[in-house]
Amino acid sequence: MTAVTPPDAPQLGEAVVRVTGLEKYFGRNHVLRGIDLEVRQREAVMIIGRSGSGKTTLLRCINFLEEPTSGSVDVDGLRVDADPLHARSRRHREQIRQIRLRTGMLFQDFNLFPHMTALGNCIEAPMRVRRIPRAEAVERADYFLEVVGLADKRNEYPARLSGGQKQRVAIARALAMEPKVLLFDEPTSALDPELIGEVLVVMEDLAHSGTTMIVVTHEMHFANEAADRVVFMEEGEIVEQGPPEQILDSPREERTQRFLRRFLKT
Amino acid sequence: MIESRVEDRPRRYDIEDVERAEQRARWSWRAIFAVVWIGLVLGLGIGLALTGRIDPGFIAEVGPFILEGTPITLLVCVVSISLAIILATLGALGRLSNNPVLNAIASFYVSLIRGTPLIVQILFWYLALPQFGIVLDALPAGIGALAFNYGAYMTEIFRAGVEAVPPGQREAARALGMTEAQVMRRIVFPQALRIVTPAIGNEFIAMIKDSALVYILGVREVLWRADVTGTRFFRSTETLLIAAVVYWVLTIALSFAQERLERRLRRGER
Repeated sequence: MTAVTPPDAPQLGEAVVRVTGLEKYFGRNHVLRGIDLEVRQREAVMIIGRSGSGKTTLLRCINFLEEPTSGSVDVDGLRVDADPLHARSRRHREQIRQIRLRTGMLFQDFNLFPHMTALGNCIEAPMRVRRIPRAEAVERADYFLEVVGLADKRNEYPARLSGGQKQRVAIARALAMEPKVLLFDEPTSALDPELIGEVLVVMEDLAHSGTTMIVVTHEMHFANEAADRVVFMEEGEIVEQGPPEQILDSPREERTQRFLRRFLKT
Repeated sequence: MIESRVEDRPRRYDIEDVERAEQRARWSWRAIFAVVWIGLVLGLGIGLALTGRIDPGFIAEVGPFILEGTPITLLVCVVSISLAIILATLGALGRLSNNPVLNAIASFYVSLIRGTPLIVQILFWYLALPQFGIVLDALPAGIGALAFNYGAYMTEIFRAGVEAVPPGQREAARALGMTEAQVMRRIVFPQALRIVTPAIGNEFIAMIKDSALVYILGVREVLWRADVTGTRFFRSTETLLIAAVVYWVLTIALSFAQERLERRLRRGER
């Protein structure tokens, strides 16, 4: 997590996330059409594409908030195959929980627990799930609140925080579980324009300090700055992927070009 | 030429004067409200007295006896509502369960209770259960009937409360690796509890009034005492008035308590 790699030169390690042949139907609606994606240690992958392209669903399938229809997800050596017919089986649910322990997720609307303070949000899962003693959990939570620049807000309830502050607490909450990879689902889409920057700064710092992350985003400028790789999705498929300068400045695929033209115009 | 003259400018008010005026308006509204209220209460009392059909001496005589029913009324309410909360928790867990057996049992319970009159249920507990060898005293029979009845209604309240917690809360907790039990216990229930607190208060207030129905079993609560003395001396107007006032005062007191509790909850984190 706090890797000692020089900024802007993350040396990519082993694959942390390996998605293979992922398919997802909602009813008869074919949302993901055979996704293969590998994310390596310390890599920051940004997924772009218009809404409805399946990028959020892909992210939610990685930690099984959506049960994929078929395919498999491997996080840090634990492989779980989609099993929609036995999604409720004890074994499958425990495997999913193990996947979730290796991933941290950030949501568009933060989903902080409103009945707990910022600190309470950050120690809840470490204490209840990881069984870390309270004193240690508090120490770590304070550290991560410091990382997101909110040490002074540790005793505030979410209702008293701005949107940007809420999302930063949510990031600290995810970091406190020390996941192998962070999944960001449009983390700034619900924010007022003037609050987006403070969240992106934190995310950029994380990316540059070697945090493995997969980010679904519409912030092209941010993707350009912070991504090691940009993935463009359309109609449930990965159309094109590569370094940001390649995908954003000189995409090869016509569909990517069309998306970027329309996106940059608006 | 248009000349701008000083007197054309809108007048500027001192912000403190405005504040004071608004404060005064608020207070006079409250004062009028209170005066009308007290006037109506007094008017009702005086009106009744003027009919000449009310015997104050009799009221003074039987009043204490009827008032002695208040602790029993409160006992019935507190025990019934406590049991009802337990039943409603179980019922809501059943209604929210994916298990079809548990869900059906809970659904059946709610349907049966809500589909039959409370008075029938009360009589059933006292008069019908003995045929199955279950003989209950009046007090436990009345409490049992009220608890089961309110448990069914509150099952639906609790269920709605749990469903009112945004789904994102559950997702966030699951994404952190919590088990389903932990998600419920630590994240969903505390928030649901806050959502249903006002509704539980309403149920408690309703219970105060519905508890009067157990008088029919001979439980010596407020209405039973009013009925017994009223019919005995052929002065039911006085005794029923006393009973009505007791229930009324109890519900008013509870409404106040409820309002304060809600204000405190609102002042909290939300």
